[in-house]
Amino acid sequence: MYHIISIRDFERSDLDYLLDRAEEFDTLGYRSRALEDKLAALLFFEPSTRTRMSFATAMARLGGRWISVDSVEASSIVKGETLADTIRVLSSYADTIVLRHPKEGAARLASEFATVPVINAGDGAGQHPSQTLLDLYTIRQSMPIDGIDVGLLGDLRYGRTAHSLALALSLYGVTLHTIAPGGLEMPANITLELRERGTEVIEHADVEEVIRDLDVLYVTRIQRERFPDSASYYNVASSYRITPDLLTGVRENLMILHPLPRAGEIDPAVDRTPYARYFEQAKNGVPVRMALLHEVMK
Amino acid sequence: MTRKDPSGGLLVSPIRNGTVIDHITAGEALNVLRILGITGSTRECLSIATNVESKRLGKKDIVKIENRELRTEEVDRIALIAPHARINIIRDYHVAEKKGVEIPKVLKGVVRCPNPGCITNTNEPVASTFEVLDKGLHCLYCDWLIKNDIASHII
Ligand SMILES: Nc1ncnc2c1ncn2[C@@H]1O[C@H](COP(=O)(O)OP(=O)(O)OP(=O)(O)O)[C@@H](O)[C@H]1O
Ligand SMILES: [Mg+2]
Ligand SMILES: [Zn+2]
Repeated sequence: MYHIISIRDFERSDLDYLLDRAEEFDTLGYRSRALEDKLAALLFFEPSTRTRMSFATAMARLGGRWISVDSVEASSIVKGETLADTIRVLSSYADTIVLRHPKEGAARLASEFATVPVINAGDGAGQHPSQTLLDLYTIRQSMPIDGIDVGLLGDLRYGRTAHSLALALSLYGVTLHTIAPGGLEMPANITLELRERGTEVIEHADVEEVIRDLDVLYVTRIQRERFPDSASYYNVASSYRITPDLLTGVRENLMILHPLPRAGEIDPAVDRTPYARYFEQAKNGVPVRMALLHEVMK
Repeated sequence: MTRKDPSGGLLVSPIRNGTVIDHITAGEALNVLRILGITGSTRECLSIATNVESKRLGKKDIVKIENRELRTEEVDRIALIAPHARINIIRDYHVAEKKGVEIPKVLKGVVRCPNPGCITNTNEPVASTFEVLDKGLHCLYCDWLIKNDIASHII
């Protein structure tokens, strides 16, 4: 059985294959009945409108159906029940389980108890592979991923999307540039793992110093709750804000990405520049999730 | 029998059948028992000697367990904290088998994941699972890496 749990489980050829499949669904204009007789269970223990809706959309676009349990229902229905039991029961209802859970490793555990494929839609501070695939997909729409310079900006300590993207990019020989406020740097373990995979990781003090050398700037949210008080949050957040001024002299092909929702990290005026690609990125969630759902259930 | 038998002779009364774990890193005998799941409330008849003189290690600990032959999978996990330990299976007062310990590739239910957000630290019916790498122990659920002081994470 094919589960989609962690980006670490994928080799480059697996990623390329899934991205190719997503592209096929994209060019078909989403017209497919490939999962006509299939049912997906969307089991979300944490609120996530965007991810949940894009999985539901992807399922509908494939002619399939879904049942959905949101965070409020999930926590009341399964009160006291283990995730393992919930997964065993849901396995008998649906053809695949899409799981969002606050604990790291929850999706791995679910895959051990499920008798149907499990797709990880985010487990705590852990993995979120469908997000990473749609990030890669968006980059690949504009340029070959191999050998590019990618800047990772923002909360690189707790930001799971940055970790799994960095790991995936390490399969493409990119150079990674990290720009993070003090205390929110990329964890040493991850940097070590990236370097062991042969990836060059360069740390920068601020975004200005590196932005002209980048092909991709991946911006992540800096969360207020990481700071002792709002003054220090605003201080840091404002010095990491992307504004049109900052973009003078950048590479023509620079692409700014953000997993959304954004707080104040990107000035809305940037939306009108050709570099802003985060809404396309969000849209790409659908063909990428179509490819994943199709792959596990076909 | 004397306290300082340099041949590593018998410090405590001989056992007829069972297991002697010799050459345990000094001070780790109790942790070794903990890893083996042998506690005050289990039934084994035990003798423990700690900080005895040893030619090879300077000082070492020894554990003797009567009427129980430990299996290789059981004892390998102690290699984490006592890499030089030797397992002697005693039958009819004689050393019938002798083997070293080897750190296993995967540790199940031996070490608690230090990550409070890890699914293995909940009431789910799974044991913690770590793969043993050169750089440390890697949690196969949450990807946490334990780099040092492994003994303090033993369940
Ligand atoms: N019948 C027994 N009862 C209790 N302990 C025993 C018995 N026979 C041997 N031992 C202990 O088991 C250990 C190994 O015994 P062995 O005779 O092989 O000693 P050794 O030659 O010093 O071995 P090593 O090279 O492993 O130190 C020693 O610590 C010894 O005291
Ligand atoms: Mg000896
Ligand atoms: Zn863990």
